[in-house]
Amino acid sequence: MNKIFLIIQREYITRVRKKAFIVMTLLVPALFAGMFAVIALVANEKDQTMHVVYVIDNNGSFKFTDEPFVKFIYPGGSVAAAKKNLKSDDDLVLNIPANPKDTVQLFARKKTTLSLADDLQGKMNDIATGEGMVKAGIDTARLHKIKSNIVIKSTEMTATGEQGTNIGATYALSFAGAVLIYMSLFIYGAQVMRGVIEEKTNRIIEVIVSSVKPFQLMMGKIIGVGLVGLTQFILWITLSAGISYLVGGHTSPTNSALHSFLHNLGANAGYELLCFIFYWITGFLFYSALFAAVGSAVDSETETQQFMFPITLPLLFTYILSVSYLFTVPDSPLSVWLSMIPLSAPVAMMMRIPYNVPGWQLAISMSLMVIGFIFTTYIAARIYRVGILMYGKKASYKELAKWFFYKE
Amino acid sequence: MLSIRNIVKQYAGHTALSDVSLEVKSGQIFGLLGPNGAGKTSLIRIITQITAPDSGEIFFNGQKLDQSHIERMGYLPEERGLYKKMEIGEQMIYLARLKGLSRDEATKRLKVWFAKLGMETWWKMKIEELSKGMQQKAQFVATVLHEPDLIILDEPFSGFDPVNAEIIKNEILELNRKGATILFSTHQMESVEELCDAIVLLNRSKKILEGPIKDIKSAYRNNIYLVEYEGQQVGINGAAPFEVVTETAGEDNLHTVKVKLKAGSTSNDLLQYLMPKTRINMLHEVIPSMNEIFIEQVSKIA
Repeated sequence: MNKIFLIIQREYITRVRKKAFIVMTLLVPALFAGMFAVIALVANEKDQTMHVVYVIDNNGSFKFTDEPFVKFIYPGGSVAAAKKNLKSDDDLVLNIPANPKDTVQLFARKKTTLSLADDLQGKMNDIATGEGMVKAGIDTARLHKIKSNIVIKSTEMTATGEQGTNIGATYALSFAGAVLIYMSLFIYGAQVMRGVIEEKTNRIIEVIVSSVKPFQLMMGKIIGVGLVGLTQFILWITLSAGISYLVGGHTSPTNSALHSFLHNLGANAGYELLCFIFYWITGFLFYSALFAAVGSAVDSETETQQFMFPITLPLLFTYILSVSYLFTVPDSPLSVWLSMIPLSAPVAMMMRIPYNVPGWQLAISMSLMVIGFIFTTYIAARIYRVGILMYGKKASYKELAKWFFYKE
Repeated sequence: MLSIRNIVKQYAGHTALSDVSLEVKSGQIFGLLGPNGAGKTSLIRIITQITAPDSGEIFFNGQKLDQSHIERMGYLPEERGLYKKMEIGEQMIYLARLKGLSRDEATKRLKVWFAKLGMETWWKMKIEELSKGMQQKAQFVATVLHEPDLIILDEPFSGFDPVNAEIIKNEILELNRKGATILFSTHQMESVEELCDAIVLLNRSKKILEGPIKDIKSAYRNNIYLVEYEGQQVGINGAAPFEVVTETAGEDNLHTVKVKLKAGSTSNDLLQYLMPKTRINMLHEVIPSMNEIFIEQVSKIA
C-alpha cells in the first residue's frame, strides 16, 4: 500500500512538473480570459462619434431630443439643400414625408450604421404611436404606468415541487461536462498508455516489478495520472473563475448576461458538478485500465492503433450522437441504454443529466460504472502483468486472450 | 540462503525450466551459467517474484519465498533501464524507497556511494544526459543501495569498459565480503573462474552441471600434464607411464610436452621416468577451464 502511494507520488510529481502541464494549465484560462476580454470590449465599443441629424419634418410631429452623441437640427428648406449643406461625413439627413407611412429616407455620405438607423426608427415609431394614442384619446401617461415588462421564466413541475430552471445554462453546463469527459478520457488515457510504453521500452519495468507487483504499478500510474487530470481541472476552474470575476468586476453592466448565466446555474450546478466528477473518475478508471493494457501489449506507440480503435469507438459514437440525438430525445430507449452501458455512460449520462434522469436510472448507471471499472481493471491487470515483460512479440487479440489465462 | 526445489516453468510454446533444483549457500558468489535461452532469465524472474513457477518451491533463508523477501533482494536485469527524463538522484531514491528504504536513509547512502564511485556531480543530471557506461554504473548503485542480502546480477559486466568493469567487480567482491550472497548470470567464463565459488549450468531448461568450481574442475581432470624440460629431446617409448599428446620444441633447447598419464600412474611416476633422462623445468596439471567445460557440456547435449 505504501509502495502504491510512492508510485502515485512519482507519476503525479513528474507530470505536474512538466512544462507542457504548466503551459496548458495557464494557457486555457488565459484563452478563456482573452475570450471574455474580447466580448467585453465588443460590448463596450459603442458608437462614439458625434452625429448630427438634419431633420426635414414634412409631417411636423416628430420632435427628437438630443442625445450625447446624436444632435438633431431642424434646418427647414428642401431635402436637396440640406443634403448639399452636410458638413461632415458623419452627418445625416432624415427626410420624413407628410404621411409617415410613406417611406422615410435617411441620407448620408457614407453607409449609416445599422444601430443608428434602428435607433431612429425606434424613436419615430414611439413618437408616432404616442401621437396616435393621444389622437385616439388614450392617456399615454397612464398607459406607461400599466405597461408591463414580461419575461418568461420556465418552471418545471417535479415530484419535489416546482423548481425554476434556466434551460440554457444547465444544458450548456452538461454539454461542456460531456465534452470535457470525452476529451480528457482520451488525453489522460493516452498519457497512461504512453507511460506504460515508456517503462516498457526503457526496460525499467523489470527493476520496478522486482520491487512491486505489476498491479500496484499499473494502479499507481492510473491514479497518479488521474490526479494530474483532476488538478488540471481544478486549476482551470479556479483560475478561470478568478479571471472572469476580475474581468466581470470591471465590466459588470455589460456582462450581465454572464452574471445571470452563472446565477441561473444555481442549485443545478452542484448536482451536475457531482455527476461530472463521478463520471469523470469512473470513466477515467474504466478507460485508462484498458489503455494501460494496450500499452503493455505493444512495443511502441505506432502499434497501438489496432487496439485503440475498438476501445475508442463506443465513446466516439456516443459523442457524435450527443448533440443531434441525446439532447433532442434524452428519454428514448437508445439514450437510456447508452447512459447505462459503462463504455458510453460517462458522455451519454452527462448529456441526459439536465433532463432530470430518474433516480433509479442514475443508480443503475453509476453502479454499472463501478462494476465496469473493477472489471476492466481486472482484465487489464492480467494482460498487463504478462505484456510488460514481452518484447518483440507482435501482440494479437488471440495472444492477449492467452496472456489473460496465464497463471501468475 | 536460497534453496530452489524442482522448479518447472512452461510458456505457451516451450518449457523454460524443467525440474530445476539448486542450493545457494549464504555468503557464496554463485554463477548461473548457460547458453542463450537456457532458462537463466526465467529462473531469475521466478526468484525475484516477477513471475511464479508452475510448480516447485523456493526457500529464502529457510522460509518459503514471499513478498516480504523482495526487499532483501537486489536485482540488476540484463536489459538495463531507468527513467530517461528523471534526475538521477531523485530516481535512485525512488527506486530505493520502493525497496523499503526511507527517504533520508536512501539519500544518506546514495551520497556515500556517489562519493565512492566519483558520481557526485551526477545528482541533478537526467539519465538521458549520461553515457551508457555511466547509466550502468548508476543502475548498479540502485541495485545495491538498500543493502540486500541477496544480489542478483544478470550479465553485470556487459556494457562496461575494462576500468569500470574492474571497479564494479571490486564492489561486488566487497559486498560479498560484507556478507551479501551474490547470484550472477553471465557468459564471461573468465569472470566465473575469478569470482564464483559455485555454479549451476543450465541448458535447454535443464540443469546439467552444478557444484563448487573446485569440484567441477577436479571432476574434469583427465590426467593431462604439461612438462617443460631442457636439453636434448627425450625419446619416449612404450615403457613410459604416459602417452604424448603434443610435443613442441622451443628456443634454447626448451621442450614442452603435453602428456596423458596411463591409468594407475601418478605424476610421481612421470617424474621418475623423466628425471634420469633430462632436466625438468616445470610440471603442472592441465585443468580444463570453465570455458572448455561449458562448451563441452553444452555441445555434448546439443
